[in-house]
Parts: sequence; C-alpha cells; structure tokens
Amino acid sequence: MAKLPNTSNDDTVGTTGHEWDGIRELNNPLPKWWLYVFYACIVFAVVWSVLYPSVPGLRSYFGGTLGYSQRDEVAANLQQAADSQAVYRTKIRETSVEQVKADSDLYQFSVSGGRVLFAENCAGCHQSGGIGTRGYPSLADDDWLWGGSLADIERTIRFGVRGAHDETRQSQMPRFLADGILPQKDIETVADYVVAVSESKPVNPHAATLYKDNCAVCHGDNAKGNRELGAPNLTDKIWLYGGDRNTLIRTIAQSRNGVMPSWTGRLDDATIKMLAVYVHSLGGGE
Amino acid sequence: MSALAASQPYANRPYADHKVEPYIESVVRAFVIATIFWGVAAFAAGVYIALQLAFPVLNLGLEWTTFGRLRPLHTSAAIFAFGGNALLGSSIYIVQRTCRARLFGGEPVGWFLFFGYQLFIVLAATGYLFGITQSKEYAEPEWYVDLWLTLVWVVYLVAYTGTLLRREEPHIYVANWFYLSFIITVAMLHIVNNLAIPVSLVGTKSYSLFAGVQDALTQWWYGHNAVGFFLTAGFLGMMYYFIPKQAERPIYSYRLSIVHFWSLIFLYIWAGPHHLHYTALPDWASTLGMVFSVMLWMPSWGGMINGLMTLSGAWDKLRTDPALRFSVTAVAFYGMSTFEGPVMSIRQVNALSHYTDWTIGHVHSGALGWNAFITFGMLYYIVPVLWNRQRLYSIKLVSVHFWVATIGILLYITAMWVSGIMQGLMWRAYDHLGFLQYSFIETVEAMHPFYVIRALGGVLFLTGALIMVYNLWRTARGDLRNEDSLPTLARPQPAV
Repeated sequence: MAKLPNTSNDDTVGTTGHEWDGIRELNNPLPKWWLYVFYACIVFAVVWSVLYPSVPGLRSYFGGTLGYSQRDEVAANLQQAADSQAVYRTKIRETSVEQVKADSDLYQFSVSGGRVLFAENCAGCHQSGGIGTRGYPSLADDDWLWGGSLADIERTIRFGVRGAHDETRQSQMPRFLADGILPQKDIETVADYVVAVSESKPVNPHAATLYKDNCAVCHGDNAKGNRELGAPNLTDKIWLYGGDRNTLIRTIAQSRNGVMPSWTGRLDDATIKMLAVYVHSLGGGE
Repeated sequence: MSALAASQPYANRPYADHKVEPYIESVVRAFVIATIFWGVAAFAAGVYIALQLAFPVLNLGLEWTTFGRLRPLHTSAAIFAFGGNALLGSSIYIVQRTCRARLFGGEPVGWFLFFGYQLFIVLAATGYLFGITQSKEYAEPEWYVDLWLTLVWVVYLVAYTGTLLRREEPHIYVANWFYLSFIITVAMLHIVNNLAIPVSLVGTKSYSLFAGVQDALTQWWYGHNAVGFFLTAGFLGMMYYFIPKQAERPIYSYRLSIVHFWSLIFLYIWAGPHHLHYTALPDWASTLGMVFSVMLWMPSWGGMINGLMTLSGAWDKLRTDPALRFSVTAVAFYGMSTFEGPVMSIRQVNALSHYTDWTIGHVHSGALGWNAFITFGMLYYIVPVLWNRQRLYSIKLVSVHFWVATIGILLYITAMWVSGIMQGLMWRAYDHLGFLQYSFIETVEAMHPFYVIRALGGVLFLTGALIMVYNLWRTARGDLRNEDSLPTLARPQPAV
C-alpha cells in the first residue's frame, strides 16, 4: 500500500454491475503483495506444524521433527535452575545458620536469594523489606518479640508463633476483661500506667500495684518484656497494635494472640536458613 | 412509536419509484439511542475500574463495587451492550436497504429484538453486581440469562435470514455476508460454551458440562471467536456499508471481499488455543492455535485494504468530513490490532506477553480504536438520516471528539504497551545466582504510573463520547450550529 493506485480506476477495471442502495463494487484483482504474504503465512504454518507437535491422532499425536515438548522445556529450565544453585543449597543444608553467615559466599547467596524468598512468602504480612505493619512486627528494627539472634529467627520461621507445629512458640496473654480477671475500671488504670511508663512519666501507686500483680510476671517489673514468652517491651514506644490509651484498653481487655504459621514442610531446610540470614541482615540482627 | 415511524418520510430511500413497504426505522432509532446510552455507561465503568487499579481505595470496601464485579460489568457493557446494540441496529438498517425489503416479521419482531436484547443486558448486569456469575470470561451470565439470549438471538437469525430471502436485489451485499456469519457463529458459540446444568430451576447457580482443560479450551474457542465474529465480522459488515456510503465511492475489490470473507471465517474458528499457551493444553493444540492465528493476518487485512482503498479518489473527504475520519481511523486501528494479534499468538512472544497488560492494551486498541470508532462513524452518518435532518448539528464538534478520543486511545495503548512489556520482563528477570529479581508486588508498584496514564486516556475517551452525545442530541432535535466557515457538508439527499 506504499503507493496509492490511480485515483479513478473505475473505468479501467469496471464494476461487477451489482448495486445495493447506491453502493457498487469495483472489479479490482487481489492485491499481489496481499496474496503473496498470505501464501507465505500458509507456508510458515505448514513448516511450523512439521517442526512442532501439531496433528492429533486417536491415541497420540504427531510430535514434530524437533521433538519439542513444553513439559520437557519447563522441566529442563527448573533442573537448570536447581543445578546452578545446588552447590550452595547443599552446603547450607549441611551447616548451621551461624556458619552460613560466617561464609561469605553462602552469606551473599542467602541474602540475595532470601530477598526474593521473603518477598514471595513473608512480605504479605511483614511487608516489603520487613518493615511490618499493624499486627505484623517489623523485622528491620532491633525490637524482637522472640529474639533476634540467627538461631532465634530460624526457630521462629521453622515452627511459627502460636502455629500448628508441636514446637511452635507458644504464649497467651489473658483476656483480662473477657475472662473476668479485672473490671473495666482497673483495665483503664493499667492502660494509663502503661502509657505513663512508656512516656517515662510519674505513675500512681495503685496502678503500679495492679501492674505488678497482673502483668509483671510476663512483661517484667521494669516493663521491658520477656523474650522467652514473646512478651513485648512496653517501654520502647514500638507497638504492634498501637500505644494509645484506647488501643491498650482493647489489647488488655480482649488480648491479641497473633499467629505466624510454621514454615516447616512448606519451605525446605535451606530456604528457611536463607530466610533467617536475610531477616537477620535487615538491620536488627543480634 | 409506529405513529412516529409513519411520520417519517422516506425521502432518503433511493428506490422511491419501486413498490416496497417503508423500511422499519423506529426500531433502528431505538437501537441507536441504546448504543449511545450503553456506550457512555461502558466507558464510564471502564474509567472507574481503571482508577480502581491505580487507587484501590475506590473499591469502597463494598462487595458490589469491587473490581472483580465491576470488571465484567465494563467488558459486557462495552462488547454486548454498546457493540451489540450497534450491530443489531446497523444490521437491521443495512439489511433492509441493501435488500430493498422490509424487516421480516415487521415492527413486532423488531421491537421484540430491541426490548428482548435490553432485558438480556439488564439481567446480565444486575447478576454481575450481585455476584451471580459462571466465571467464564465474556460469558459470565448464568443459565437463565443465557436461555433468554438464545431465544432473542434465534428470533434475530430468523428475522435477518427472512429479510435476506425476501430481498428484491439479485445478489446479497457483502455487508450482509458478514452480519449473517456473525449471527450464526455467535449463536453456535453461545450455545456450546454455555451448556450447563442448573442446580435448581429456582436458583441462579449452574455447573458447566465441561471440566478441566476441555472447559478451558471450549471457553477460549468461545472467547476468541467472540472477538472474531462479534467484534470483527459483525463490525466489518458495518464497515462495508458505511465507508462506501460516507466516501461515496464503490467498494475497492469484489474479489478481495469474497476471498478475505471466506478465509477469515474459515481460519478464525481454529485460533482460540493461542489463549492457552503454556497451560495444561496439549502441545499440538497450542501449535494449531498459533499457526491458524498467523494465517489469519492477511484475511483480516483484506477488510482493511478494502476499507482504505475504497477511499481512493475520495481522500480529500478526510479533510472535510470528520465522521469519515472516524471510520477510516477505525480501519487503521483494525489493521494494527489484527497484526498485533498474530504476533502475540506466537508461542515465544506469548511467553512474554501473556497475563500482562500488553494483552489489555491489545484488546483496547481493537475495542476503542476499531469497534468504537467505526461505531462513532456510523452514528454520525446514521443519526441525521434516521431523524431526517439536513446535517449534523456541528461538524466542528465531531472533529473535537475525534482528536480528544484519538489522544485518549494513544495514551491508553502506549501506557499498556510499556507497562505490559515491563511487567513481563520483570516477571522473568533472574539475577546471576538464579533468583527471581522481583517479587509480584514490586511489579505492581512499577506499573502504578502507567495505570494513572491509562485512566487519563479513558477519561479523554469518555469526554469525547459525551461531546458526541451532545452533538447527536442537538442533531436529533433539528438544531444546526452556524458553521459557515466550514465547507458545506450537508449530507446529499437522494432525489425523491
């Protein structure tokens, strides 16, 4: 169509003689380039059908002269990917997570792989880069509920928190109002106490007694928490659900009990170790 | 309504001397109004869901307004409500004039088709909002809607074929071949893909007769040929009538119309498996879907050549008639997307393009550029004729509509090309250690600016359509804008 044909070729080619509602048809032949490209496409189709699986039969199908198969192709791709990482993954499986960190090759491999593995498996709750959000702790700061050493992190990933695994990290804050442990008024007093402690303000003695009797066993006399029990530090102004008075009242009254699944069985051993190394590297690792 | 019809003189009927009953135009007028109404609704829904993708808060946290429910509302409104009304209306208009015969069944059948089709649209749309869907793309309506549409469609086929049979012309015009192939094939596709057993006669839920990969293949046999026969063959019928009428030129090549018609309808029906590359579909079916798609390239372009070459000797009209500009630009977009389609069907290209925004861009260069533009060209031609007006209210506004809509389309498809190819490349990017470079959410973050540009394109397209509504409304009322500076564009009225 590069060259537009003579504008009035009506006379040279003539029309078919038909007319509908004033519309006539010229008798132009098929454009040559159109016809030849059409033929070329048909030839391409035939050649392609000979090279690749194409014609079905009753029990099988013509597999093509190249022996191509999508299934084989993806299997080969996966195998190639597995082979290229096999050396590292085998070493990681056979060694402890601390030794992985000490070996610069394995460390680099774990951190770059862990970044993607984290994005695919963990970022849904802990957000991109592990910055956390309400109800899902940040993994990029040095405030740890269950410990921030490599081994602690590995264990948390492996068995989860309040998960289904037998060895899962387990603890439960009581529902002080719902279970009738404290009346609403006392809960409000304790909430005020926690706000005051977190802001380093003077506290009232009655509130201190309530705290000591009901909360200190897990959160500690100094309110700095206890990692053995996953009891958060209440003095560092880092809050999982929020540190304002109303949120604290809700937390004390009803409890929270967030859950992290156990990843054993979902992710293989090397992957879990790589994730532990990656999370440890985010900034808060101990 | 019949009184209104009776008041219409048939001045523009070219064979006034011939003893034929007046054509039925009241129904066509109703279809034209429905086309415009549903068009605006479809474009507005599209703009809204485009904004939802850019700003998810617009899902409003309500089940009825989530993207998942509004998306089929948008696609069905665009294809079946806007496109369908345009096809039914224009086909009834064209078949009568090119056969010199009154619609078979007369006004009662015409009105049944009109109200029956609108009822189908309303039943389908309300179902989507309430979450009633059989989850087949472009075939979402449940069994009770499908049965109703089947009835309407069979009446359509009977009325159309009946009109062809009582024609007073010795031959059937090419536009009617395309319309007839559209009606017959859509009937077949609709019935087979919707074979299902209702759970109960008083419930909405049904289960498909097909399962697994057979279901997927049936669905994409349907889905691809909905594009092929609804959006291609049907609209080519429209093109074959309105471009020669607007250009006042003969069709370029009768022979090309025959060859490309038969090759198109023979090849199209096999191309569906290209939607299922790299799935559980057997390799051989995947290959056949691809090679038939590649062979489709030239048969599709036959329509473009015949449309563009019909303008030879009348290219100057593009300067003066912006309505014709719509039709011709439509044919150009048609050519572009029917080239892009075969390219994307090639398995290795599909490996990059599939599941990305590239597909969305491809679909919209066809839907906005081809289907909507050819419909706009048709509307600008047909409204003055149907309402018996000297010309459109404003030619200048047609030109404004053209440029606003064209810029909208270009923003839309370029944004989706960039975003889609970027998305595809990000998905397959590996680092030197063999790990994926990006997580899914990172690709979503990267696409955000393009989602905003796409929504902007949609806003422009919708704005253009609203300009058209105003222009056509004033035209129907009989108003004429004083545009003396423009060359005279009065639609020539055949002598009575």
